[in-house]
Amino acid sequence: MNGASPYDHRRFLERSSFIEMAARERARAILDAGSFRELLGPFDRIKSPWLPLQDIVAQADDGVVLARGTLDGQPALVAAIEGAYQGGSIGEVSGSKIAAALEFALRDCEQGRRILPVLLLETGGVRLQEANLGLAVIAEIHAAIIALRRHVPVVGVIAGPVGCFGGMSMAAALCSRLIVTRQARLGMNGPEVIEQEAGIAELDASDRPLIWSLIGGEQRFAVGLADDLQEDDATAIAAAVRDAFAHALPPLERSAQVERFIARLAAIDPQQPLDGATLRGLWHRGADL
Amino acid sequence: MSVEPSPSQRGRIWFEALTGSEGIIADASRSVRVVDGPLGGERTRFIAVVPDARNRFPRARGGEVGLDEAWALAQHVRHAISSDRDGARRPIVAVVDVSSQAYGRREELLGIHLACAAAADAYASARLAGHPVIALLVGRAMSGAFLAHGYQANRILALDSAAVMVHAMGKQAAARVTRRSLVELEGLGERIAPMAYDIRSYATLGPLHRLIADVNADAPGPTDVERVRAELLSAIADARAGTRDLASRLASPAARQTRAASIAVRRRLAEQWDAA
Repeated sequence: MNGASPYDHRRFLERSSFIEMAARERARAILDAGSFRELLGPFDRIKSPWLPLQDIVAQADDGVVLARGTLDGQPALVAAIEGAYQGGSIGEVSGSKIAAALEFALRDCEQGRRILPVLLLETGGVRLQEANLGLAVIAEIHAAIIALRRHVPVVGVIAGPVGCFGGMSMAAALCSRLIVTRQARLGMNGPEVIEQEAGIAELDASDRPLIWSLIGGEQRFAVGLADDLQEDDATAIAAAVRDAFAHALPPLERSAQVERFIARLAAIDPQQPLDGATLRGLWHRGADL
Repeated sequence: MSVEPSPSQRGRIWFEALTGSEGIIADASRSVRVVDGPLGGERTRFIAVVPDARNRFPRARGGEVGLDEAWALAQHVRHAISSDRDGARRPIVAVVDVSSQAYGRREELLGIHLACAAAADAYASARLAGHPVIALLVGRAMSGAFLAHGYQANRILALDSAAVMVHAMGKQAAARVTRRSLVELEGLGERIAPMAYDIRSYATLGPLHRLIADVNADAPGPTDVERVRAELLSAIADARAGTRDLASRLASPAARQTRAASIAVRRRLAEQWDAA
């Protein structure tokens, strides 16, 4: 994390909010200036075949922007999810765009053409109007990340405001390095769904400080479930993405650190109350590395 | 609150029918069963997640994939990978009847998303290492639980039975979240295949290697078990003859029709990938 205080007013006024950017702007902001080349853009009009059957207007890019370009001159791929369209939900087309791009990146890497993959994750998970196809393509995204990260780190960014949920939270967990902001949330089940399914005594979804204390970016970083905490600043996030590719990878990806996390869980007593602060004490960064 | 009166026992029933064993029951949790049993003369690892009323995590007592379950799946699959590193890769069969991932505050705080990712990672890594990984759907294959336990398989088999279903969210929960009635939701499923819950509709999406008909799914007899074992062997042989990725899911006649958009995405992306 960069050292500047979040209360440094001059820095605050000078920075360009990444969170306020749409997906296309985000992809441009990450890639080297002038290198952005969109693939399967709006003019290709590859839209959801399923939404119009339910009287929902289908957007021409299905809410995912794919772009090739460069990062410090190295070939790169960015897949950016548009959180403002259908909650960033993953349907057949939007999910296939991400999976297919990662599959092509894998083919290039296998042929000795390294390409740096970046996922800008802003999604509630499966698009319920495309239910089983959303689930199927998310499994394909997982498969592609796992195969690709044997060749090159796969870098994920969760900035907010939507956060990253459902099957796509697993995709975030599969990334070699995960960059978050304080505004980000990362969780399997959205707070509203937990409240609905398990009751308000289990979780009050309207209690924002509580939600962020459990699954917010700062908490995820503090307990080692994210690798880098950044301000909501496009320049800082673009630099953090470059830094992630320069970083030495751990010998085991986080999702392969099975013994470590089994030991961490074994020390948890589910009969005892547990909050975010207590977990930070138990699982602080590097406590068991 | 959605509380199931009595959790499905199909996963346990089929695990025991196929292996003749209760499985090695891990010390921490009785909810993940694993055993290496013979299948066509070859040692095969069978794994199931089953209900456990005494689970230390209350939200994972009904056959859900919770924190302990997901990490245990990752551990058992990775054990097979490391044991077989220098030899024949044993087949791995995931017996699937999972109602959902565990929903709870504690689960979120402790990173159930990572736990499920670790299980998916282990199954995918086994597939990439050359293990034939087969998912056998005998009951519910729901949402994140299926992503963690079965969806990374080389081949997916399912029993053709009313209680076998695949979906992104349980029916009651999906109705509440989308503010639709159950009747409306069921009506949509009849018109729009990916919205349906039943396994025959799921088969039209193309991911199944085989839908196994005429089997008593609730109380399998010896003939039923032999038929399913034969289907498992055939799927294992097919997986070994194929690639180690998931390409076969888009190659089936059903997928060529229903997933035309997924195929179009790949075709058009191929045209644009290297364009100047």
